[in-house]
Parts: sequence; C-alpha cells; structure tokens
Amino acid sequence: MAPIVAGRRGPVEHRQYHRAVAEARRQGEPVEASLVPLPRTDPPADPGPAVAVEDPPAPFEGQRRTDVDHWGRSERVRQVARTLFAPFYRHWFRVEWEGLEKVPRRGGALLVANHAGAIPSDAPVIMHGIEEELGRPVYGMADFFFRQVPWVGTLWSRAGGLPAHPENALRLLRDEQQLALVFPEGTKGPSKTFTDRYQLRRFGRGGFVEIAMRAGVPVVPIAVVGAEESMPILFRLPTLAKALGLPYFPVTANMLLLGPLGVVTYLPAKFRLRVLDPVVFDVPPGQDRYRKSLVMDEAERIRQQIQDALHEMLQERKGVWFG
Amino acid sequence: MGRRILVTGIDTFWGGRMAQALEQDPEVELVLGLGRTPPRVRLERAEVVRTDQAYTLLSRIVRATQVDTVVHTFLVVDSTKASGRALHEINVIGTLNLLAACSQPEAAVRQVVVKSSTLVYGASPRDPAWFDEDHPRVAQAATRLERSLLEVEGLVRDFAEDNPGIVVSVLRFANVLGPNITTPLSTGLARRLAPVIGGFDPLLQFVEEHDVVRALAHATTERLPGTYNVAGAGKVPWREVLATCGALPLRLPPLGTQLAAAPLVRLGVLEFPPELDALLRYGRGVDGRRFEATGFRYTATTAGAVERFARALRLRRSVGQEPPGYTYEQDVEEFFRRSPAVVVRPEGVPAGPARSHQR
Repeated sequence: MAPIVAGRRGPVEHRQYHRAVAEARRQGEPVEASLVPLPRTDPPADPGPAVAVEDPPAPFEGQRRTDVDHWGRSERVRQVARTLFAPFYRHWFRVEWEGLEKVPRRGGALLVANHAGAIPSDAPVIMHGIEEELGRPVYGMADFFFRQVPWVGTLWSRAGGLPAHPENALRLLRDEQQLALVFPEGTKGPSKTFTDRYQLRRFGRGGFVEIAMRAGVPVVPIAVVGAEESMPILFRLPTLAKALGLPYFPVTANMLLLGPLGVVTYLPAKFRLRVLDPVVFDVPPGQDRYRKSLVMDEAERIRQQIQDALHEMLQERKGVWFG
Repeated sequence: MGRRILVTGIDTFWGGRMAQALEQDPEVELVLGLGRTPPRVRLERAEVVRTDQAYTLLSRIVRATQVDTVVHTFLVVDSTKASGRALHEINVIGTLNLLAACSQPEAAVRQVVVKSSTLVYGASPRDPAWFDEDHPRVAQAATRLERSLLEVEGLVRDFAEDNPGIVVSVLRFANVLGPNITTPLSTGLARRLAPVIGGFDPLLQFVEEHDVVRALAHATTERLPGTYNVAGAGKVPWREVLATCGALPLRLPPLGTQLAAAPLVRLGVLEFPPELDALLRYGRGVDGRRFEATGFRYTATTAGAVERFARALRLRRSVGQEPPGYTYEQDVEEFFRRSPAVVVRPEGVPAGPARSHQR
C-alpha cells in the first residue's frame, strides 16, 4: 500500500485520506501522518479493468485561497504563532518534557492535562511542544466562551482552537484520527486561587473518557507544573465577572506587580511536563453509551494519576523559577 | 403507470427548476405546478394551476389529480423575500393546508418531499462544528424566519407520524450559491460589497444550486424517508469567499450590529436579514454524510460552489447582465400543447418552441 500522506488537502482528498487512514488502521498497517506537506506518490500504473465501472465524477472543488481547514485551523497561522511563541517557550518558561515519546505518532489520541493560571498558559505550551517535536497538529479544545469574543475568537480558531463539544472531539478522534487536547477541569481549573494550586478539580462528568471509548482511541494524561505560578490568582471578583459576562474575573499577582501589563504578562515560572502512560480502554468502540460507573471510575483514575504525578514532580522541584 | 407529481411554488426559483428536472424523467407521467403567478421558466409538459395556499383549493386539486407525490419547494428561507405576516402565511399556513390536503382519505399521496433549510439549526457559539440530522438546535430561535421553519418541520414530523404509509423526505439545504440564484449573501458578493461583522470570520458551508435540484430529484426518485442535510463538502471562511468573488468587506461593528446595518439596509446598500447576524458570527456546519450514503453525488464541494459562483460573476461583469428571463404566456403554452395545428412527433412531444430553444 502506498504511504498515506497528510498535509494540505482539499475536502475530497481529506475524506479520502481519512478513509484510507481508517482502512489502514483496521488492517493494522502503519500510518504516517505528517504536518508538513510531503510530495504525493503517483497512483499505481495499473489502470484497472478496461471497462470502467460507472463512477460519478468527483465534485468540482474550485481553488482555495487560504489554508484554513474545515475546523478553522490554518497551518500558516500556526506557524506564525509557533515562531512568535518559540522564544517564550524556550527562554521564558524553559519548558522541559518528560516522556514525550508516549504521545502516539500516528492515529487519534485524546490528550488530557491539568489546567491552571488565570489565562492558562498550559494549552499553548502543550500544543507548541507536541507540534514542534512530533510534527503533527494538535487541536486544543476549550470553552465556547472564546468564540463570542471578536478577533480573539477568530484568532483562537485559526491557531487550532475548537469549542469543546463532544461531537467535535468524536469527529476529530474517530473520523480524522487527530490529536485533541482537553482540560477536563474546564474553567474550574484556571479559575482556582493560588491557595488551591495543584489541587485538581473535578474532571467534569467524565465525558472525555466516554468520547475516547466511543472513538476507540487512547487517553494520554499529561501533568503540567509551572502554569499555576505563571499567573497566580489572588482572588476573584464574581460580581464584576457577572456584569461583564465572563466565566470568572481574576485578580492576579501579575496585575499587582505590573499593573495593566500584568493582564498579558506571565511570570517566568519554570515549566515541566510529564506525559504519563497512555490509557487504553478495554471496551468495544462505537457504542452510544457506556456504563456510567465504568466511565466515572476511569475518569477518576486518570485524575488521580495526574494528581500523583504532580505531587511527585513538586517533590522533585527545587524552586518555582529555576526548578 | 408513471408517477404523478405535484410541485408547489412553480413560480419560484426552486419550484420552476424542480418541475423542469421532473419533466426530463420519463418515469414521471404528470408534473403539476402550483403557483400564485405564472412560472418564470420554460416548461414543456408541466401543467400549471394558479392558486394560493388556501386549503379548499389544495384539497380539491390533490383529490382531482390523484397525485402520488408532493414536492413542497414553496417555503421562504430568506426573510428579505417575505415580511412577517406573509412569511407566516406562506410557510406555516401553506404547509399546514398542503399536508391536510395530502392526508384526506381520498388522496393518493405516497410521498411528500419538503425543501427545508439548515437555518433550523440556528447558529450559536455553543454549536458543534457539524450538526447531524438528529442533533437538536442549541440556541433558541431568535428570528421569525427560523421560528416559522421550525414550526413547518414540526408540522411535517406530525404528518409523518400520523401517516406511516406516506414516505416523508425532509431535505435541509445549506446556504445556496450559484450562477442564477439570488440570496442576501450572493447579492453582497455580486455588488462587490458584502457584510462582514468585525472580528468574526465564520466558516460557512455552501451547496451549489444545481445540486439543490438534483438532491430534491434524488430524494423523489429514490423515495428516501427521513431527514437529510444537504451541503457541499468542507467549509470556507467568509472572508475567503469575499476574496474569491472580488468583493470588499462592509464592516459592521460586533456590538449593535443590527443598529448599524439598519440605515444601510434602508439605503439599499446592504442586505442584512436578521438570520445573517448569527451566521456571520459563528458560521454553521452540517454533517451531510447521511444523504451521501443514499448514493447522492455532489457536483461541487463548498469551495467548488464558491468558485463556480465567482466565475459566473466574472462573466456577468464582463458581458453585462444575463439575457432577459422567459415569460410564461398561458395562451401560447395552451396553443402548443393542445392545438390540433401543432404537429406531434412520434414520441408524443409537440414541435413547439420549447424544443428548438433548448440549452
């Protein structure tokens, strides 16, 4: 079988690609998904039977002017974002990964991490790291709130952000075999104050486990240390948040130190990320529903794994800034 | 015996084209068109009755003609085409009367095809990127048009439940683009000044106008029961559509959008019906895999539909407007179809002007 090549694709190629990937995965063949467009291999020389079966012509595709895919992600925007973020990643946060090889190089997987910092810096760090190191795209799933904010919402979408809707995750993971990043704590994670740092909140209702089961993909837990201290919340202003229609309104240490500049400036906390062993569920994929107790058990187990890893990493950390 | 098909809204864009498509099908014995005004397309054998949406007339027609299929294309899906009261009369009351006529015991109706719209899903920030047919809409319907379409689909659902012997096909079409159809979106693109809400660049899905008629015909000939989304594959950002069509963005503020748009709409610079407000913020995507699984093949993807429309625009800009439209002359049509003076060819088609002017 010819190698399956990802990269920039039209919608039809996209469909064919995903069909081919699914087929290859069913037969246990290796599938190489790449971020950079690779030269496409020519179709086999064998033209097939002389009398062609009546095959309708492929739909007219026209010509695209941008590389925005059907999720709104643009590889070009991602590239710019990575270029801009690289100095911060390297010199400000000095990110160090552990166990990055556990992130699958091919096929769908659901990345699950803890979430912290008033404006969470963990999402861009994880996306940047995996895209740079593994060369495959990561779709970051977040609260739909971003979508409503002009400019921010559009930029967020072009940079690989998606509203965390179960249907979106299922399509990404099952039909398109991509990497999706979710934070099951939701806004409860980044909205917690500094006194609660590294105390994982409830993992939603375990929806992420159910999606991974339905899609038949592994969950890859990631423990992040550093995001908490990069923008610690001292207290929240619920009345102001309500008036502004925001999920929460934090007053951060950054704001006290730097004034208005602190809204967008992170403290240079040292980032350490640890990828834990992928969790594979021993259930048949594709069911509409799974036993709730099983789902909740698995969700709780993954939460506990991340919590334990965090405690271990914090024990090993010598300092917040140079850790 | 061939199929006897009733098409509503024969005087509208879709009704006329649907009747033309059905005329081509040798399996179809009778094409009967209902319309309030004369048709605007050339018809060869379709019978045309001028009528409104009154129940007594509809039920008499359905009974007298013993049609076995009803294709309901006469639904307003663009609120610039009909105002509040008229919209309700056409969409809700019209459908109500039509379905009532179909369910009378003397009727021979076996299939009802409804041309609905993906407007029934609305557009909101909480939406999934792709709606499938069973996914309920997320946001409350905010516009009159959406409420009326939801009401129509409710009526159709009830009808399907009450008449298990009748195949009910509901096709929900995404926004249509094509060389001939005029919608608020296409008007802006054609005028080179299309509305854009500041800070938003939604992903839109389009279906090419020919695919709309082909999809309706497919659902009719295949007698597909159920609800189907019909949309070209993929999505395209709205600003890319503008660039492809050579249109400039007419930027509306993200807050107070309707207020800012109102005077421009008054002046005729802009078409901005309320249903565009949410669409041009959040976009909409539907999952069309169910319809494709029935064997339907699109002639264009979303990007393809945009490109074809852009090509038609370029041609129109180079050579001017399209040739004047056809006007239906009742007397002339009567003459060609019924007069003994017209020589009928062996296959039973009169040698009328309809044949000699074929595209």
